[in-house]
Amino acid sequence: MTEFFAMGGYGAFVWPSYVLAAVVMIAVLAASIRAVRAREAELEAVQKLRPGRQRRRDANPEPEQT
Amino acid sequence: MHRFANPARFLRIAALIQPWSVAVAVLALGAGLWFSLFASPADYQQGETVRIMYIHVPSAWMGMFCYTAMAVFSAMALIWKHPLADLLARATAPVGAAFTFVCLVTGALWGKPMWGTWWVWDARLTSMLLLLFLYLGYMALADAFDDPERGQKAAAILALVGVVNVPIIKWSVDWWNTLHQPASVVKMGGPAIDAAMMVPLILMAVGFKAYWVVVLILRARAEIAGAKLRTLRMAQIHAAGQLEQPRAEQGGS
Repeated sequence: MTEFFAMGGYGAFVWPSYVLAAVVMIAVLAASIRAVRAREAELEAVQKLRPGRQRRRDANPEPEQT
Repeated sequence: MHRFANPARFLRIAALIQPWSVAVAVLALGAGLWFSLFASPADYQQGETVRIMYIHVPSAWMGMFCYTAMAVFSAMALIWKHPLADLLARATAPVGAAFTFVCLVTGALWGKPMWGTWWVWDARLTSMLLLLFLYLGYMALADAFDDPERGQKAAAILALVGVVNVPIIKWSVDWWNTLHQPASVVKMGGPAIDAAMMVPLILMAVGFKAYWVVVLILRARAEIAGAKLRTLRMAQIHAAGQLEQPRAEQGGS
């Protein structure tokens, strides 16, 4: 196990490469998920205020306002 | 309302594709990590540092792929004014910038033990750094205007001008005989590396591509929701303005 982490003496170069790639990819993914959630929630809130202007062929029909 | 017609169809298709691209990304990256860290041999010259290549090379491919995609989307946006093309170009930019950054840093981490230096102003390294700056410039320009359409147009032109850098990166190792080694994955006459190293490389490349699809769809959804919000707000402002005006002054509008 120690041998595996040592990477033939190059552990200090191999592991940061993998960690950096993971951190960057997760950060971009997390930021994108946050952006989608925030914008779609805001859109839903704004559309609820204007029930009369709902389009009929909406891709994600909002629940009818009662 | 034709502006919404295409995004609506896109959202439906995206909802179908998304679970599959998540599955492909998880499986390919999982298997890719297994092969690149455990089930592949050390290189006879590079030793264990060859494992950095399984991150570095697919990241470099993604950096160039995303830029090319961004330029194609930008061209579609400028020529046909396709409402989705701008969104997709904008959504691709951060992914490309991220992979270009990963490529540059992992390259330095490989270069230090193997070349004896973190960085040289070699043609390949310099053109890759320029690619990162082009991404950053594109993203800054797209957000630099109050009118998003103007920013989008300026950024699209930058993307198209900057695409000249992609073939320069690709062939820099053949045109200038400096430090970065030429391509060795595929040469004339087929693959030039051993299957044991090709497998993790291809798996990681597939995983990164699938990851790009996942993030592209997420970001495009956020952009579409943002565009709808802007349209709704403009309509509200417009409606408020009309209420204040006497009917007679409105003419034929």
